[in-house]
This record gives sequence, C-alpha cells and structure tokens, in this order.
Amino acid sequence: MSELRTDCEDGTFKIRTCAWSPPGDHPVGCGMFLTVKDGKVVHVEGDASHPITNGRLCVRCLTLPEYIYHEDRILTPLYRDPADRGKDAWKPISWDEALDIIEERVNYIKANYGAEAIVAFQGTGREATLYKTPLAYAALGTPNSCFPMSGDSCYGPRASVADFLLGAGYPELDYAAYFPDRYDDPRYEVPKYIILWGKDPLFSNPDGFFGHSLIDLMKRGSKFITIDPRLTWLGTRADYHLQLRPGTDSALGLGLLNVIISEDLYDHEFVENWCFGFEELAERAAEYPLEKVEKITWVPKETIQAAARAFATSHPSSIMWGLAIDTSANGVQAGHCVLALAAITGNLDVPGGITLSKPASFMGKWRYECAQQLPPGMLEKQISDPRYKGFLAAHVIAHPDRILDTLETEEPYPLKMAWFYSSNLIANTAAAQPKRWFSALRRLEFNVCQDIFMTPTAMGLCDLFLPVSSFAEHDGIVLPHFGRNTHMVASMNKAVTVGDCRSDLEIDFLVGKRLNPKAWPWETISDFFTAQIEPQLGITFPQLQEMSLMQQKFEYRKYEKGLLRNDGEQGFNTPTGLVELKSSLYEDWGEDPLPYYEEPSYSFISRPEEADMYPLVFTMGGRVTTSFHSEHRQIPSLRAITPDAIVQIHPDTAAKYGIEEGDWVRIENSLGYAVEKAHLSPIVDPRVVHGTHGWWYPEQDGEEPNLYGVWQSSVNSLVPHAKNGKMGFGAPYKCVNCKIVKVESLQG
Amino acid sequence: MSDYALFIDYKYCTNCHVCEVTCRTEHNIPLDEWGIKVAEMGPVKLNGKWMWNYVPVPSDLCDFCADRRERGEDPTCVHHCLAQCIEVIPVDQITERMKLAGKTATVFIP
Ligand code: SF4
Ligand code: SF4
Ligand code: SF4
Repeated sequence: MSELRTDCEDGTFKIRTCAWSPPGDHPVGCGMFLTVKDGKVVHVEGDASHPITNGRLCVRCLTLPEYIYHEDRILTPLYRDPADRGKDAWKPISWDEALDIIEERVNYIKANYGAEAIVAFQGTGREATLYKTPLAYAALGTPNSCFPMSGDSCYGPRASVADFLLGAGYPELDYAAYFPDRYDDPRYEVPKYIILWGKDPLFSNPDGFFGHSLIDLMKRGSKFITIDPRLTWLGTRADYHLQLRPGTDSALGLGLLNVIISEDLYDHEFVENWCFGFEELAERAAEYPLEKVEKITWVPKETIQAAARAFATSHPSSIMWGLAIDTSANGVQAGHCVLALAAITGNLDVPGGITLSKPASFMGKWRYECAQQLPPGMLEKQISDPRYKGFLAAHVIAHPDRILDTLETEEPYPLKMAWFYSSNLIANTAAAQPKRWFSALRRLEFNVCQDIFMTPTAMGLCDLFLPVSSFAEHDGIVLPHFGRNTHMVASMNKAVTVGDCRSDLEIDFLVGKRLNPKAWPWETISDFFTAQIEPQLGITFPQLQEMSLMQQKFEYRKYEKGLLRNDGEQGFNTPTGLVELKSSLYEDWGEDPLPYYEEPSYSFISRPEEADMYPLVFTMGGRVTTSFHSEHRQIPSLRAITPDAIVQIHPDTAAKYGIEEGDWVRIENSLGYAVEKAHLSPIVDPRVVHGTHGWWYPEQDGEEPNLYGVWQSSVNSLVPHAKNGKMGFGAPYKCVNCKIVKVESLQG
Repeated sequence: MSDYALFIDYKYCTNCHVCEVTCRTEHNIPLDEWGIKVAEMGPVKLNGKWMWNYVPVPSDLCDFCADRRERGEDPTCVHHCLAQCIEVIPVDQITERMKLAGKTATVFIP
C-alpha cells in the first residue's frame, strides 16, 4: 500500500484517497492519487494497489480538476432576500453570518410553529445519504427527514423487502470484494450465471458496487441473463435477454419461479431447512403459467423457460436487482420474487452467490442515537401515513408523497422551512410532478440549500446557499452500501482547499454545535470518525487514513453459524427464523403475504380510455457514465461526450411518427411533457421509448421563469404523484403511458 | 516502429470513454481532437445474433504515452481502462495473442 502523502522532486505532492462525493457518486471508493501543485489538484491517477478498482477510474473522477476549479462553482455562503427568489440577487456572506441567520430562523420557526414545521430533503447517493437525517434529528430537531422520491422508490423498498423476508442487510452479488486476494481467494467461486434484473451496473456503480467488476467476472467465465426493457450492451453478451414490458417484473418473477418449482429444479435441502411458506409460494407461482406471463410481459415463454432452467441448474449463480424493482407500485412483489428465486436455488450467502450481512449497519449506532435526540413526542409528529404499516415498520423517515400533500394542504400542520441537502429536487431525478413540488415549496418562509453549483432548485426556492466541498477538499469515510453489506471502509483524504467550502458532515457539525451542542460532542471530524470506526475496526481514523482502506471480515453461510440473528441462534433474523417465501408480517400490514402481479396504474391496460391517445410506454433512467443524475452538466469534457438529453426510439416507431435521428421530440401524457433529442435505436421495443433523466441546462438563463431550462426535459412531470404500493413503497417512474411528437426545438 | 504494441481485446470494451478522456487530459488535447477515439459497430442483428461492439482507435496524436513509459508507467489509457482491455505487449507476441483472443481483438503499433 502506498503512502498517504508522497512528496515529489518537482515540489508537487500526491495525496492518496478513495472517492465518495461530491462530485456525485455512490460510495464506490475508487482509489486514486491527487497530484497537488501550487495548492491545486493538477492530475488524477488511479491507485493500482486498490483491491477493488486496481487503478481504474471513470471519466467523472478523471475530470475532477474541471469540476473543482469550474468558474461557476459557489465558493462562499450566499444569502438572498426571500422576496427575490428566482432572481440572481445573491450576496456573499461569511459562515458566521450564515449560521446566525440559520439560528435566528430556526428558533423563530420552532417558537411559532414547532420544529416539525421544518423538512430536510436529501438527494440520492452522495454522502448526504449518511449525514442528512442526523442534521434533521440532532441539529434542527425536526422528525421530517425526507427523500422526495414518490414511494421512496430508490433502495429503500429493496432494503426493506430484504429486511422483511431475509432479516438481513442488502443482498449483493458476491464479487469477492471482502477478500484481499479477491477472485483468487480459495474460499471464492465464480458465479456461473449472473442475472442482471433492471440494472446496468457498468455505469450506475449501484450503491457502491464497482460496475466493471462484471467485466472481471465475464473474463473469468460468468455468463449473464439480463432482464431489461432495453437490450443493453451487456444484454448483447448475455446467454438470455428477457426484454420485458416496463413494470411487469413481478409477473416475470412468478413465471421464473413457476418453471423452477414445477420442473423440480430447486434446492430441496435449503428449502426444507431454511425456508418458510414454500408450498404456498408454489401454489401462487402455479397461477402464473408461461402463456399468461408472456401475455403480460411480452417475453417469449421459451426464453423464460430456458433462462429459468439455466439459472436453477448452474450453481453457484447470482442475481443483482436494480432500481427498476423499486420504481413500481408492484415492486415489493417483484423484489419478493427475486429473493425467493435466490433462496430456493440455494444461492444465498454461498461463494459466488449473493452475500448477506447482519441487519445492523456500520455507523448505525450513531444514526440511532441521533433519532434519540428528538424531544419526547416529536417522532410521533413525523409526516407519515397510518395506512402504510410496512413503510412505518422499516423506516424512520417521513413519507415523501405525504410531505407533498402536507405542503399543499397544510394538513395536519403547515410546513414553513425546507433544507435541501445535496438535493436538486426539481431537476427530474427524484421528485415526481416537480412543478407541484416547486409551487408548494415556494410558499415556505425560509429555505436553505447545500450544494456545489447553483442549481434550478437553489435559484428558484432558496434563501441561503451553503457551499459544499468536493471529496478532494475534505476528510471522510466511504461506506459502500451506506454501511450495510459493506466490504470495505475507506478513507477520503483532504488534498486541497478551494474557496470557503465545507463537507456535508462539517456543515452538520457547524449547525449542530450552534443549535444542539450536546448532540455534537466531538472536537474534530477526525475524532468523530475514530469514535465511529474504533469499536468495529479497532483502529483510529488517522490509522485508517494511513492504511487507505480496510476490507472487512466475511463469513459465508452465516445462517448456519448463528451470525445473522441478533440472538446468536441459527437461521435468519425474521419472525419465523427462516427465509420467508411467504411473509409472516405482510398480512398485518394489509398486504398479500405472497407475491402477485398488478398492472402499472398508468399503462394502456389500466387506462384503456387513453390507449389511443397515449399508445406508447415511457420508461427512463438508464445511466450514462458522464453524469451522476442531475450533476456534471457543466463539465466541458463530459458535456462534449453527452451534449443532449436523449430519447431512444425504435426506428420503426420513429418512422411511423415522422421522426428522424437528432430531431427534438416531445414526450407527453396526461400529466406532463418533456422534450429530448431522438436517437433511433433497435435496443428498445417498438412499443417503448426510453428517456434520460436529470436534465437541466446550466448554460441557459438561470433566473425565473427559465430556471436553467429545468422544465424543458422534465421527464418526471409524466410520473403521477402518490400512486404507491399497499405498503407505501414504489411508484411508476419507469412505466407510464405516452405519445411522441416531433417539435422544432428544445423549447418546443 | 516500436517494439511494443497496444493490444486491444475489444469484446470487453464498454464504451466507458475513459481512454478518450484520460489521453486528452494527459496530453492536453482539445475537445475537438482525439488521441484515441472509440468507434461503434451496431447494435445490429447479424444472422439472427446481436452485434454491438466498441473499438478504440488511437490517432496520429498517440505518442504511446512516451513520458509515462519513460518513467516506467503504463500508458494512461491502459492504466485506467475500466474494462482492462488495452495492454502493452511486445510485437513478437502479437500473433499468439490475436489467436488466443479470437475475432474481437485488434492491435496498434505506434
Ligand atoms: S465510480 Fe465514482 S469514485 Fe469511482 S471513479 Fe467514477 S465517480 Fe469516481
Ligand atoms: S497510449 Fe497514450 S497517447 Fe496513445 S492512445 Fe493511449 S493514452 Fe493516448
Ligand atoms: S477505456 Fe477501455 S473500455 Fe473504456 S472505452 Fe476505452 S477501451 Fe473501451
């Protein structure tokens, strides 16, 4: 392992670090050296000794200097009179002044409306994932911590389903990430098949999984089964590609289960010893003969059958389930099918299968203690929905759809202040119906944003802008899977200072020490991290910085060893102690204990009256390597590669509507519209179009009404509000109806 | 002609753009020029099978990362390629490596 700092002969020095954010990314922790010359990062080089990434880096970190020294970056706190929202009338202020304003406003709101009148929103993936809820609970004192995606449709549903049915932390493909020798470790086996279900990890690096590990495994012989409405590049290399109609995942899952059970291809030993409810699951799956499944999903029954056989008869094999499982009101059931498939084929927690972790998460104790900071009775005031017992059982955050309802109706009480924690809320990534959110949030008395660049959200809604530092400018730790099933703990090491910016955690410290000092007793960030990691790793934060990273110990088949349950008994941490193929919890929550298929609420079948008007299916969200959701639009090298928001249309469909390559296309349904540039491609079904998300245009006028063109490619405006599943999870982000029309310009 | 070649096993190339970008930053190449550029073939169905390949093609600006190689480092495209599908090999191994890699490989001798 190389040194933390290396001084070079020419007066430059290199800092070794592992990256999280910003720039936006999931906690992948790629290893790299930042070369510093005259106080500036001038070069980024991958660290070949990093056990996961081996020196590889993606274009976002390779262009880091363009990001951190971008002329548009905000380098000091800014204040603007609330009367001037939407105008570029910001004034630079000091951090002390910013904290004075925060203290005065928060105390005013607490005194007049109660702390619950404050709502804190987070964006996805960045370090904010760890540090926003502590700001809400332990600094601002509000129970309303919110991820503003309808039905919490990102990670939360999958993590909850895994918790309910397996009683275990996030199931992940076994890519030998826990082992220093990686794929050569004698305990490891290469998966024979990997199912990629609604997931294209090469460019999403989901939740800290290093996407190109799939190429490592491909070279070592893993074969692929891809389940995706688009033929992905990996799909062209797969033995089986199941190109399903968007939103029909659970029907497909039941079809796969039906084949494996009816053809007796399941692992009898595992099912008998470790599963609950197999007979009932078998009966339910039998209700989904492949003719019916083909009709629902559009996947030929022969392909379903062949893929099910290949998967079930090749041991070990693995499944990666993607965001597409969450972005559906029927997603809880789809996730149920995925876990049942993994369980009955004996692939849970075995080498080359799916790794599991203990239900407790890294830094979980601290986050739990932050919730304890709320005064008695305050958590009960959290905006939630009593109907959503499943959501309430799994989550300690506010329900996003109910937050919008509350903003609009002021019931059960008015909200007065919002904090946007690394969240460009209106920029077509998370929030559905972004214009509704915008109008409702505009009425609040005081809004704060912490981010790197001026965004449409900050320009349109906020009064105070707190500038965040990039990962090159702060110390921190990287926790893949946000602390659950975390193969390594890595350190981010500060290399430079740019402007007067602070990390997310440093902002928590500043605000926390002002508003609620007893919850923030640590002197320094380093002390804080030492307190977090020492009990589990036995080292201090400075020691971790010297080491760069520490891979965690791992045991396979934890359920046999009493390592999954809190009571130390064998089995899984569920009410029955077994994998619950039939949930023993769901009935109490008003949900079917077995998986079932339900038609998406905005499909041509559910809304036959709109079938002629909106004959196509709109899906979206496929990732590109040049941006993290709504970020990176202003980075020259990256924008040159991806200049426009692209909508992929099958050539036959395009011809039918008179659309040619490069035309501007208006994608529209009864709820909203977006304009994107046509790319004709056979990778989508002729009945489906695929749009890209997260577009706004930093080069356009930022002031109102344009707001950097944020309403132009507003794909999220086509997604309904509050069409969630029975437990409160999921929303149809990737499966709504639409029509397409050629228009003259992006403004069209 | 160099004694070494860039051996590119492009069946693994995912079009991650890393070679293009890192070559550009290493050599200060402007945005409308390329030291290496990825070409796309497909996606198209040929004889009932999908073909979708990306092939990185070095340009006249490629100096085989002379400075880096002088320091004993790999070319930056080789070092950072996410698919690890570009390698530096001695030219006398080209035939053997091409045979092993099958149809979807190419070499570039700077
Ligand atoms: S995956 Fe994330 S951490 Fe790794 S190089 Fe890309 S942006 Fe950086
Ligand atoms: S060897 Fe160096 S100069 Fe040549 S293409 Fe690769 S990065 Fe560019
Ligand atoms: S870096 Fe490698 S995988 Fe990426 S585009 Fe270039 S050759 Fe392809």
